[in-house]
Amino acid sequence: MTNTMTRREWLLSDAPQTRRQARLGAFYQGWLTFRANKLAMLGLIILILLLGMAAFAPLLAPKSPFAQDLASRLQPPSAEHWLGTDALGRDILSRLIHGSRITLFIVGTVALIAPVIGLFIGTVAGFAGGWVDQVLMRITDIFLAFPKLILALAFVAALGPSIGNAVLALALTAWPPYARLARAETLTIRNADFIAAARLQGAGRARLLFRHIWPLCVSSLIVRVALDMAGIILSAAGLGFLGLGAQPPMPEWGAMISDGRTYILDFWWVAAMPGLAIFTVSMAFNLLGDGLRDVLDPKGGAK
Amino acid sequence: MASDTTAAAGGTSPGNGRPDPSARTALRRRRARGIAGTALSLALTLLGLLLVTFIIGRVMPIDPVLKVVGDRATQAQYDAAYQAMGLDKPLAIQFLNYIGDVVTGDFGRSISTGQLVWDDIRRVFPATFELATLGTLIGVLAGVPLGVIAAARRGGIVDQVARVVALVGYSMPIFWLGLMGLLIFYGILGWVGGPGRQGIIYDGMVPSVTGMILVDSALARDWAAFRDAFSHIILPASLLGYYSLAYISRMTRSFMLEQLSAEYVTTARVKGLSERAVIWGHAFRNISIPLVTVIALSFGSLLEGSVLTEIIFSWPGLGQYITRSLLSGDMNAVLGGTVVVGVCFVVLNLFSDILYRVLDPRAK
Repeated sequence: MTNTMTRREWLLSDAPQTRRQARLGAFYQGWLTFRANKLAMLGLIILILLLGMAAFAPLLAPKSPFAQDLASRLQPPSAEHWLGTDALGRDILSRLIHGSRITLFIVGTVALIAPVIGLFIGTVAGFAGGWVDQVLMRITDIFLAFPKLILALAFVAALGPSIGNAVLALALTAWPPYARLARAETLTIRNADFIAAARLQGAGRARLLFRHIWPLCVSSLIVRVALDMAGIILSAAGLGFLGLGAQPPMPEWGAMISDGRTYILDFWWVAAMPGLAIFTVSMAFNLLGDGLRDVLDPKGGAK
Repeated sequence: MASDTTAAAGGTSPGNGRPDPSARTALRRRRARGIAGTALSLALTLLGLLLVTFIIGRVMPIDPVLKVVGDRATQAQYDAAYQAMGLDKPLAIQFLNYIGDVVTGDFGRSISTGQLVWDDIRRVFPATFELATLGTLIGVLAGVPLGVIAAARRGGIVDQVARVVALVGYSMPIFWLGLMGLLIFYGILGWVGGPGRQGIIYDGMVPSVTGMILVDSALARDWAAFRDAFSHIILPASLLGYYSLAYISRMTRSFMLEQLSAEYVTTARVKGLSERAVIWGHAFRNISIPLVTVIALSFGSLLEGSVLTEIIFSWPGLGQYITRSLLSGDMNAVLGGTVVVGVCFVVLNLFSDILYRVLDPRAK
């Protein structure tokens, strides 16, 4: 790299000098495409704000999310309580701010566990072929045959309601599409020349799978995960609403809507505010997912 | 699923002139094998479905014997019940017994209602079916035209509106939308009936034939009851319809875009056909087959989506039945309901697959 080059020129160089430069350059070009998509940027900004909100929740929240004040219960939005108070006189804004931690925890964990299960099962099935493939894909089909929410309900019912079990149930119902996707990707690359070359160099099956096949499956999985995030949030909120996720007095957004359900006709804000929060976040994930798809997976962009 | 059937069948179609008999028998044999394969995979899927519910039933921390005998039973009573329920046998035998029970429609007795689970499900299923059917109908009638127009005028106002409608549909929690709908249309405007399927005065007035109140009241020519039932079902059905619309309109749009960029469309335009004839007469006819699959899938997801909606609207359907049983630890009812919904899903998938083969001339 010469001193006369700007950083931008270095990144966009046609003849990268090092592997690192090429990788950063590709990343930068993806970022440029992404940045041009205003809606996707909006989604990204909302999610960054959400992360900030979750990180600094105790500093941002005007009140404690658990402090009850029965004298001022079911107050409408006002200067003191921006989003009003709930049936126990708790400040709804503070509960929403603290609840963002729970939402991010659930979504983040499910989005980590489910694709990894799917990636493992899908690539092993695609790479091994034969009866291994048959058996694994049959299992995948069985899980796909179940309606997701009902299966998650049955799992939570069996394991007992808690956040951890809700995460487990959501992850157990979310992996099959990833397995399908990873298997399809594996089938297209398993006979590629570079795999044969690696095999000739003496690479074992595990090395081929984890070092050569996995990295190529990751980008399409990321797109799929980003697009599925909104669905995970909605399912998690649904479980919370049914009382099967976070238990009271945790300020989980779905459970907060459930609390407000009784008062919906007279004190609408109790249920309306957490719903708006869920809507905003899941829309942000949808916008981000669309933007990422355009960057990482140009084939699917025509949709 | 659908594309590989067309690919497999495409190779056997006889070239031109009269199809020679040997090719025809080969074709018939291959189709028979295809049907046998489908039946086998259906059986395996159903078996797996039962295995999953069986395992869920096994791992649950609730002791099924205690649920039956109560916690004051003596050890002898407990052991007797334990043996009567077959829990002392090996797991594989228990699983076989379970399959035998389910095949004969025996899901056990619900602890909370005291009825056989199968009778309970038969009682609540029509309510869910009625709701999901009306929802799908709304979704198709609004979603298909929206998707077609959005594709025909790509980037136009309708396209933008369709995009926002779908985005909001994908992002909105259905139970929250239901609550807001109740607040606005029932609480404030008073346009629709409240929660439940009927007003109190009409309760039990219409003889139950199909279990679907709209159909029953129409059969009995009781139009006041029909109007009442309609005012109760329209809001939840519209909400479900909105979700199915979001999905159906997106799929319709992308199918249409694919067709409109095909060469036969250019040919039709060059030929001087009106845009209307090109879109509805040529392109739309080609997407109608994959669209059937999409509609069947969306119907299946409404059966599921109705769980939360039924809770909000106190709708006495399968979703509410499963959730209530779940909260009272009534595992027989939960697993029975789960199996029924799972079977509906599998059958719908199979149905759309068969329909695809029947309708698509290339698959013959």
